[in-house]
Amino acid sequence: MGTTLAEKVWEAHVVRRADGEPDLLYIDLHLVHEVTSPQAFDALRDAGRPVRRPDLTLATEDHNVPTVDVDKPIADPVSAAQVEALRLNCAEFGVPIYSLGSIDQGIVHVVGPQLGLTQPGMTVVCGDSHTSTHGAFGALAFGIGTSEVEHVLATQTLPLKPFKTMAITVDGPLPAGVTAKDLILAVIARIGTGGGQGYVLEYRGEGVRNLSMEGRMTLCNMSIEAGARAGMVAPDDITFDYVEGRTHAPHGAEWDAAVAYWRTLRTDDDATFDAEVVIKASELSPFVTWGTNPGQGVPLSAVVPSPDDAADEVERVSIERALEYMGLTPGTPMRDVAIDTVFLGSCTNGRIEDLRVAADILRGQQVAENVRMLVVPGSARVRLQAESEGLDRVFLGAGAEWRGAGCSMCLGMNPDKLTPGERSASTSNRNFEGRQGPGGRTHLVSPQVAAATAVLGHLGSPSDLPTNVS
Amino acid sequence: MDAFVTHTGTAAPLRRSNVDTDQIIPAEYLKRITRHGFEDGLFKAWRNDPEFVLNQADYAGASVLVAGPDFGTGSSREHAVWALQDYGFMAVISSRFADIFRGNSGKAGLLTALVDQETVEQLWLMIEADPTTLVTVDLESQTVAAGDLVAPFDVDPYVRWRLLQGLDDIGITLQSESDISTFEASRPAFAPTTLT
Repeated sequence: MGTTLAEKVWEAHVVRRADGEPDLLYIDLHLVHEVTSPQAFDALRDAGRPVRRPDLTLATEDHNVPTVDVDKPIADPVSAAQVEALRLNCAEFGVPIYSLGSIDQGIVHVVGPQLGLTQPGMTVVCGDSHTSTHGAFGALAFGIGTSEVEHVLATQTLPLKPFKTMAITVDGPLPAGVTAKDLILAVIARIGTGGGQGYVLEYRGEGVRNLSMEGRMTLCNMSIEAGARAGMVAPDDITFDYVEGRTHAPHGAEWDAAVAYWRTLRTDDDATFDAEVVIKASELSPFVTWGTNPGQGVPLSAVVPSPDDAADEVERVSIERALEYMGLTPGTPMRDVAIDTVFLGSCTNGRIEDLRVAADILRGQQVAENVRMLVVPGSARVRLQAESEGLDRVFLGAGAEWRGAGCSMCLGMNPDKLTPGERSASTSNRNFEGRQGPGGRTHLVSPQVAAATAVLGHLGSPSDLPTNVS
Repeated sequence: MDAFVTHTGTAAPLRRSNVDTDQIIPAEYLKRITRHGFEDGLFKAWRNDPEFVLNQADYAGASVLVAGPDFGTGSSREHAVWALQDYGFMAVISSRFADIFRGNSGKAGLLTALVDQETVEQLWLMIEADPTTLVTVDLESQTVAAGDLVAPFDVDPYVRWRLLQGLDDIGITLQSESDISTFEASRPAFAPTTLT
């Protein structure tokens, strides 16, 4: 019987297998950032252990870093200490690092693919749950805890228990105006925030094959929000075209050998998944969240749900609690929800393609009065690329703020936060209570909806905008 | 990780049940960047109370904690184990431990000796009557001994083996060093490195 893509990548990395024990898996790429690594390095130092493969490890500063005044010392002492610790640890253990101010600094999940380090068939880990992003290349990529970070630093392996596989098949092409973000929000609303627990998801079908690499990364990025370990898309010519020519991509004869191998990385026709979900692309439309977890989403054209819609008591209480936190009334059209802040960025939607589509919508428009819009590129290179295309001038001209690269308001570990009660339309991945700042209210949206919302002052899509008057 | 075969030291009686990991170390300490130095956060809320057992001179230097049932419930933070170790505890004796805490302890090398509640009560009386009482926790024979008392304790056989050998998770993986090296030699030439 055939095997799935995820199983193929797993099998290709088994270092040791013994009855009754977890498989010992080799890790091809270990990405490191300032928040989840300090204790891991400290413990290594304690035990007198080196980093086994600094050449398969890469650090970048992203979670804590400011997005303004990036040439000045970091004001927050906790953030400053974490960033400083990372720099010292990398210097001591010989780990390459892209620090604030480096052209290759940025969000770890934007930097890896951008450098060509993320390639099909690899195992990729990072002390960050959104490591699932790298699955867009047909890599097996997942987040780990600090003890596991230490384990990978010391051994370049991890003992892992097997996972189950789930196919998410998107039948037909995505309708015009529907993005990868809308698709993944619809998937999570369908299977729930725990629906993927214990599974590696493989996104398949026409609606996925037609997506760009940026779109596939958005899709895989939020697999964790469905509770999955990882998400994957089988590599194809779109993948190879994206990787080719990047700094760390193979070249010459090695490129040919790599592509020949990568073409074998697909689920066999006779393979079976442990679970399957089919999404009809034609039924999708722009999707937004109304509640306090990524599964609490509805089409933009829908209304705020009511606790009476709940299937059971647990869900009823959950809806009530979310509505109270979000300050929303059941039955309100989502398009009537007024927004204070728009955040465009994050490892979900902070890549160049995301900035381009948002700029296209904002060109000749103005951000509504009383709305602030933060545009935070996913990496320093994305920022430079955008500036070379004049996108910064579009954003600034529309009244948005143009910032430096980092995780920023996605999780509010740096000064970019919502104030209590402030409501955002955010292209990030989590609408948890207080995620973007204590008391902040988050609506997850696509870059298209974010840009249109900024102009309208309430949730909306580009089709709601009056024709450009420029 | 240092091997744990047997340990003898004075003990502190913690006459409380359901001590959760937030009580062992509060969340504010989770922002730290070091793996050590968490002793000042141990039982933070109680450390201002002069009556609290660890604030009594009699129990200074105790290296065995004899705690009430359901020790270590709540949040999975590994810092709870680190704080106990940083303070100087080598072993915790209780009649019931929370699962995650017990797992974390085994990984970090803190012995959690599971005894019946009667043994805990006897130990408390002995230690309180004479704080210089030496308590021996012997992993080889799986017994707790103090004065005339000798009582068996329970420990997961796999954890026991690891502690006796002084092997942490990484130590165990490194026993497969030759497998790792063999695998590395077979990796394709096109696999990227992060060096430039």
